[in-house]
Amino acid sequence: MVVKMVSLTIDGRAVAVPAGTLVVDAAKKAGIDIPVFCYHPKLDPVGMCRQCLVEIGRPLIDRATNQFILDADGKPKISFGPKLETACTTPVSEGMVVVTDSDKVVAARKDVLEFILTSHPLDCPICDKGGECPLQNLTMRYGPPVSRFLFDEKMHLAKHVPLGELIYLDRERCIQCGRCVRFQSELVDDPVIGFSQRGRALQIVTFSNPGFDSIWSGNTTDICPVGALTTADFRFGARPWEMNASASICNHCAVGCNLTYNVRREAKAGGKTVIKRVMPRQNEMVNEIWLCDKGRLAYHYMESDQRLEQPLVRKGGELVPAGWDEALNLVTEKLRSAGNRMVMLVGGRLSNEDLFNLGELTEAQGGQKLLYSYMGGGDLVSRFAPPKGSNLGELGAGSVVLVVACDLHQEAPLWWLRLKQAVKRGAKLIVASARPTRLDKFATHVVRYAYGEETRTVAAFLPVNVAGAPQVIQSAAKTLTEAEDLIVIYGSDGLYLEESTALARTCAELLLKTNHTGKVNSGLLAAWQNGNLQGGWELGFRTVPDLAERLEKAALVWVAAADPAGDDPALAKAVRRTGFLVVQELFLTETARMADVVFPVLVNAEREGSYTSGERRVQRFYPALPPKGIVPEARPDFAIPALVGEKLGIELEDHSAALVMEHIAAKFAAFAGINYQRLAEVAEQWPPVGGSDLYYGGTSYLNRQGLGVTLSDVLQGESLLNPAPIQTTQRQKPSADALPVYPIQLLYDRGTTILPSALLHERLVQPAVWVHPTTAAEHKLQSKARLIYEGEAVEVAVLLSEQTPPKVALLPRSVGLLGYWLEA
Amino acid sequence: MKEHILLRHRDIPDLHRLEVYQKHGGFETFRRAVTTLKPEEVLNEVKASGLRGRGGAGFPTGVKWSFLPNNLWPHYVVANADESEPGTFKDREILESNPYQFLEGLMLASYAVQANLSYVYLRGEFWQIARHLDACIAELEAAGLLGEHLFGTDYSLRIYTHLGAGAYICGEETALLESLEGKLGQPRLRPPFPAVYGLFGKPTVINNVETLANVPPIVERGASWYRTYGTEKSPGVKIFCLSGCVNHPGNYELPLGTTFRELIFEYGGGVPAGRKVKAIMAAGASSSLIAADENALDTPMDYESVQEKLGAPLGSASVIVIDDSVNIAWLVSKTIEFFKHESCGKCTPCREGTFWMNRIAQRIEHGKSAPEDVQLLEAVASQIQNKCLCALGEFSIMAVLSGIQKFRTDFEAKVNG
Repeated sequence: MVVKMVSLTIDGRAVAVPAGTLVVDAAKKAGIDIPVFCYHPKLDPVGMCRQCLVEIGRPLIDRATNQFILDADGKPKISFGPKLETACTTPVSEGMVVVTDSDKVVAARKDVLEFILTSHPLDCPICDKGGECPLQNLTMRYGPPVSRFLFDEKMHLAKHVPLGELIYLDRERCIQCGRCVRFQSELVDDPVIGFSQRGRALQIVTFSNPGFDSIWSGNTTDICPVGALTTADFRFGARPWEMNASASICNHCAVGCNLTYNVRREAKAGGKTVIKRVMPRQNEMVNEIWLCDKGRLAYHYMESDQRLEQPLVRKGGELVPAGWDEALNLVTEKLRSAGNRMVMLVGGRLSNEDLFNLGELTEAQGGQKLLYSYMGGGDLVSRFAPPKGSNLGELGAGSVVLVVACDLHQEAPLWWLRLKQAVKRGAKLIVASARPTRLDKFATHVVRYAYGEETRTVAAFLPVNVAGAPQVIQSAAKTLTEAEDLIVIYGSDGLYLEESTALARTCAELLLKTNHTGKVNSGLLAAWQNGNLQGGWELGFRTVPDLAERLEKAALVWVAAADPAGDDPALAKAVRRTGFLVVQELFLTETARMADVVFPVLVNAEREGSYTSGERRVQRFYPALPPKGIVPEARPDFAIPALVGEKLGIELEDHSAALVMEHIAAKFAAFAGINYQRLAEVAEQWPPVGGSDLYYGGTSYLNRQGLGVTLSDVLQGESLLNPAPIQTTQRQKPSADALPVYPIQLLYDRGTTILPSALLHERLVQPAVWVHPTTAAEHKLQSKARLIYEGEAVEVAVLLSEQTPPKVALLPRSVGLLGYWLEA
Repeated sequence: MKEHILLRHRDIPDLHRLEVYQKHGGFETFRRAVTTLKPEEVLNEVKASGLRGRGGAGFPTGVKWSFLPNNLWPHYVVANADESEPGTFKDREILESNPYQFLEGLMLASYAVQANLSYVYLRGEFWQIARHLDACIAELEAAGLLGEHLFGTDYSLRIYTHLGAGAYICGEETALLESLEGKLGQPRLRPPFPAVYGLFGKPTVINNVETLANVPPIVERGASWYRTYGTEKSPGVKIFCLSGCVNHPGNYELPLGTTFRELIFEYGGGVPAGRKVKAIMAAGASSSLIAADENALDTPMDYESVQEKLGAPLGSASVIVIDDSVNIAWLVSKTIEFFKHESCGKCTPCREGTFWMNRIAQRIEHGKSAPEDVQLLEAVASQIQNKCLCALGEFSIMAVLSGIQKFRTDFEAKVNG
């Protein structure tokens, strides 16, 4: 697309920017700062605060010839209006002359700032925002040094207003810029806060119950240009300048949001360094400048007093503390005797480096490299993912995205947000799901199917099948076939491993058959439940349908960052029967309780490493806490297989994650050329954020530590679709009246990395099955019912939900329940 | 005037009843327009009449209608019945006593811009009037004057009333649209203007009640007849709302160009005995204060003369008379309090400025101020000027600046006393 450029002059400087650019952004790009409060480069302009007033002149045009009228020197005559204009609402036009530094403009800025400060409490010394506050900074730079407003005439308002349990409002500090209100309505479609009253009484209120009911609420505290909005987590916690900042990556879902841990040493923590808050870090290719509230607030598990503190070894039937040497020696000995009858089972919380070392040890043993995931198809994502240079932030007219079996708002919130914005730019969205989701309202086509029909539904889009398909599928198929770019995202809504593996294959086939492979912004994405499951697939780990059998038969099972026994009674049974069980974990999970040896490991804030996101972007995280911080005895996951390997004569790097990455790059083609230096490379991004730019785009951190590198493309072709379509297991219905139960993925589940964050407890999903009221009545379901799994029944609470389709029951994952059927 | 054009109910009893209105030719013009005139013929007649918006801005009505693009549909017409300017009570009389003439005007406007759906936005306090209008609209529908395929043509029209919640700002046309859409009543950025991006984002005409009441007689009798009233640039008649220190306050329908002296003394019976006219507010609370000297009293009340000779807008012609018993500092304080109360809070200068001015003015009024407070009040008012998002903020300082400049001694008396 050819972008028309417009030439103008700002403070005598010639500037050329794309048509449609606002004067305030054009100036910023030319290095000229125009102060703003209500304007935010990610939001539509409103022109409310009037801080950005500038002089704007436009060339006079001869109506007869449509040419500029020239003066004696042959230059266009410029006409300035009688009033100053808001730079944030005025798009550039050809020949425009903008003056931002005249006496008139300087005076107007002082005037408006003086107005804003008349009702502001000026309590900077005790304000959370003090030190990173746009109002404070812009006042220092542009404001009047003194106010003529009588201090005792200030209006006094409530200073601790909970908008919900997560976000507090200080009504005195609020300058009514409306950024928070517009963010919630324009950007994230949660219009749960708004203005009430008018004039000086104008105030932010919440309309929802619970208050500020949005998974995005924390972002409003970043873009609030004053200290009016603060998180319950951080308020009064520390001053910005007291904290160190450390770059990291969120590992709660497949998106891989870039974030910053702010830490400081505290006397009340016994002089230890603690995490005070999590802030977004800008990466316009990934999370832009946003974080969901889970990513922002669910970090407290790292500091939980339930963390494993030292190795444990089973003696006399009990797990008892042991030294590292003792535990390592025992495991080494057992590995020697197990030989290739060894199974390595890894979870998606591990880093690439951890996975590599665990995998190398397993391969040396001739054991099995198994991935613990509810979803399959990562091998296909490796081949069919959108190649390097793809960016959800650039999708627009001509782009089509198909989302299948995925409640994206819950499974990968940032992808939901970026798709929603893509639709605003002209992209088309096709949603195929069994139940309504938050994507439906932005979709061009919504295809509803019954649970169990996921793969058949996508297969109906295939050119060979489409002729006989229902009208809604035919028209959606036409849209995606004609698309310039096509991205297919599949999730795990209602799917078990086998079904999701089959679905992934059909999605890949659809991309192949509609010629949407090997092109930028076209390809397959999976909404994994953890931050590095894709990394597991890339490094050779695989899911298997007969996991229980393999665990049971193994002489030695080594589990890292997974809790099969806690999730699944059948796996618990298998794990209990296995020969020897080694677990490396953060917590004493159900699986760890059954182990023969347990190794304590570090959280990502205590070490360094890298993750591979769902988009196959490898991104580095850095240590935020000093070595021997929270748990002095624990080690990084990659060190444990290396220490065992050393005893077995297998050479693995046990100390430096950076060196492990060099080994990865040497072995795996997709990682070729990747090293920690390249992962740390950055580029200039828009909009500017952070303190060096007076927080133009908010207090999201500037990315100085790396934008990450997308893995290299792997060859694609029809043959890559092998093996043949997977047959899924038909499960025996226990009784005529039993309802099938389908698993769903929710953001606020009850997993081990979210439960320790007490602040989120009110938002966590309850352990219960969801049933439509009509279905419940038909099946005589009361408030309790029997959840049946592999012949065993447990009692479960029943929640009536209008959003649940008829004739099924839905069961959120990671709530400590599992079942295939529901009976009265 | 011998015969009223807008306040015809004063000449014809029971004109608020449909059969009476129809007996006196009511809705014949609308019928004739829909069945025999092209929309642009109606529009051109109004344009030719020189009718200007009676809400205060005085923008030529026909020109406003012609701005609606014909490649964007649907079009809407919204009648602004939010009459909230202090000292303005003309629309209320029309709506209460001559509702059908207003409705016929709205219907003609709708036909002229080919709107099939039109709204009457009334201030919340007009809830009884809204009920009456709803009954009138129901009667028109029953009589086949509103609805589908009017008079057997392709033209269909429905009208709905909508009540505001009691905010002055909702008389500002874009805030009105926001309120009508069910949102918080705050003005929008302009451009885009409502003629292109109006109600629900569609091209929209917004006209004052009195403006619309002028339309049926204009279309019936023609632009040249209408131009026999008023002046060259301000043709026609205007309802002057006379209030304040006069013996006979009320609505007076007079040709534009009538002098203040005629209105106040001939029609309004002058000020109470023994007093003198000290100042005039010609546009309600949004007035620049006029010092009522002989020159001012002899100024014709039309859009140009008042502005050019007295430097004050005629606005909605809500003439508030202030006699010499009134201290202007008190008056200014009252107007500030009004604007502070009504500021929507969207833009900083208006929200904070009116609040600050009110603090100062209250102290001045109650004798708790130092002389520099008058200077400060003037400075704060100047600081608001030309920085606001909409006209409300700009209006809030008119009485302040003109009051201090023309009646400084009144302020000094308060400060020193």
